[in-house]
Amino acid sequence: MKKNLYPLIFLLALIVLPLLLRQEYYQHLIILFMMWVIIGSAWNLLAGYTGRVSFGHAAFFGSGAYAAGLLTYHYAISPWWGMVTGGLLATAVAFPFGWITFRLRGAYFALATLALNEVLKDAAKIAEPLTNGMVGILIMPTFSSKLPYYYIILFMMVLTILCMRLTVHSKLGYYFISIREDQEAAESMGINTTRYKMISLCIGTFWTGLAGAFYMNYMGFIDPSVVFSLQDLSIAAVLVGIVGGVGTIYGPAVGAFIMIAVQEFFRSGFFGLFKYFADKTGSSAFTTVSEFVKTAHTLGFGLLVIFVILLLPNGIVGDWPKIKRKVFRIKPEN
Amino acid sequence: MDVFWQTLVAGILKGGLYALIGIGMTLIMGVMGIINLAQGQLMMVSMYITYVLFSALRIDPYLSLAIAMPALFLLGVLIQKYFLNPLLKVDTILPHNQVLMTVGIGMVLTEVIRFIFKSDYRSVSTTYSNKTFFLGHISFSVALTVAFGIAVMFTLGMFLFLMKTDLGRSIRATAQDKEAATLMGVNTGRITVITFGLGSALAACAGTLLAPVFYIFPDIGGPFTSKAFVITILGGLGSTVGAIFGGLTLGIAESVGSTYLGMDYENIIGMIIFVGVLVFLPSGFKRLTKV
Repeated sequence: MKKNLYPLIFLLALIVLPLLLRQEYYQHLIILFMMWVIIGSAWNLLAGYTGRVSFGHAAFFGSGAYAAGLLTYHYAISPWWGMVTGGLLATAVAFPFGWITFRLRGAYFALATLALNEVLKDAAKIAEPLTNGMVGILIMPTFSSKLPYYYIILFMMVLTILCMRLTVHSKLGYYFISIREDQEAAESMGINTTRYKMISLCIGTFWTGLAGAFYMNYMGFIDPSVVFSLQDLSIAAVLVGIVGGVGTIYGPAVGAFIMIAVQEFFRSGFFGLFKYFADKTGSSAFTTVSEFVKTAHTLGFGLLVIFVILLLPNGIVGDWPKIKRKVFRIKPEN
Repeated sequence: MDVFWQTLVAGILKGGLYALIGIGMTLIMGVMGIINLAQGQLMMVSMYITYVLFSALRIDPYLSLAIAMPALFLLGVLIQKYFLNPLLKVDTILPHNQVLMTVGIGMVLTEVIRFIFKSDYRSVSTTYSNKTFFLGHISFSVALTVAFGIAVMFTLGMFLFLMKTDLGRSIRATAQDKEAATLMGVNTGRITVITFGLGSALAACAGTLLAPVFYIFPDIGGPFTSKAFVITILGGLGSTVGAIFGGLTLGIAESVGSTYLGMDYENIIGMIIFVGVLVFLPSGFKRLTKV
């Protein structure tokens, strides 16, 4: 029970929070945070537990988003059905892809995901009769308030984390880890590595596709450069995993929180700190700095990645004992 | 028929430059065993160096090769020494930490350049930027043809360097078997640093040569990174000769694709080739050329 105490407290806090925090801005941030927890966890199952790093998770996210969007756009079917089809379509995209790439050793899978991402982005741009090309797809949001979305994504996040926990702590999870640690050894123990890599990929992409479909519902607008974005989605998914800690259940949650925080920290100009100084002193230097800081969130994130990889290579959750030792001077027990 | 020859020529000219970027990446791949996902961004930095030299001091892009290449060599050396080599010592779950580091470095390079130069499109408009000459019915862009010539020179030079010199042999030895090379007295730590420097310098060369022809903007690095890794896969990981063929193939394929299918298809063709190679010829041209 003690193990589950913190997550449960955190979950309760998340349930109560929107009732106390009425500003839509904060609710929006928490919704995005929870969406990123899903994407990060899905990425983490594949990369952190199975050792197959995907550099193109946007491919699956975008497939999910388009599955939901196209159903509404062409057939006027409620985009909420897209939640199911989104996850399934993402898995359908992943299946042949994994079948081709998992036979190869080395960096091929990582690179092929990057390629898949670009191919799907271009395909969505070119196939105008189907996807509306660069114009994108616009649908009417179902709810005007943010609260329904908040609880839907919260529910999805809890499901994702439960799914990850069940998978990782089952026999399947041990197979995954054995493949990550030593594929040859796993194979000689009689594990069908290709099959279990495929299972890991399918679970991971299903949740990613679901998150994509939610994004379509929530934002109401998608276009190829948004949902297939290499930088804002694929790389960001990797960063969420790395910063939080690969191969840990709650690492992606920490990573997602930090990513959203860093993004907003920069976007709002250190929460309006510079603007405050500029108004107080009336100097234009602060205004310039504030303008720069607003555009620097990618830079901030890039620097964060470099420092995390150099200093905390296993992420914040993975290296938590190290942080405790170094920063808080707490001796490890026994 | 003229259209076809024209397409082919354009493809080969472009392919020569792609080969240059590809060789840089494949060298790093061979020695370090990682894909450098900042290769295009390093090229972008050299384009901006060329741009600054040209617009502030009126230095011709071809002369600025002498500045951009050493500068990027130095940048590559610093990156390898202080950001990538330290990662070899730490114990991690993921084998791809170095690759992720190059992603981070690529992002930082792009954003620093964006901070200095803003996102505006810049151009190095020399007198020969838009000039062409004709052989028969086929037009050759002057800038691209000269660039191709220089690229071929550097490629050959690189090849001779790798084959004939001591340092080149050490690099190849490290690529083949790091432990064995260490036992033979090769300082592999130094070799990785030099290799990353050389790889960056080759990217710089390509960037400077492309500067008179392309618009320059901070995000131009990304597409070139993906082109470079398509070439690397196509050529076979770590194969120099393969990278040359890979570069030419990609250049021609893109050119043919954009002529006969439309400009939109240029990128998608590279990726289709990539997937095709993974399925049918997983070790790339290396399997055919054996070098």
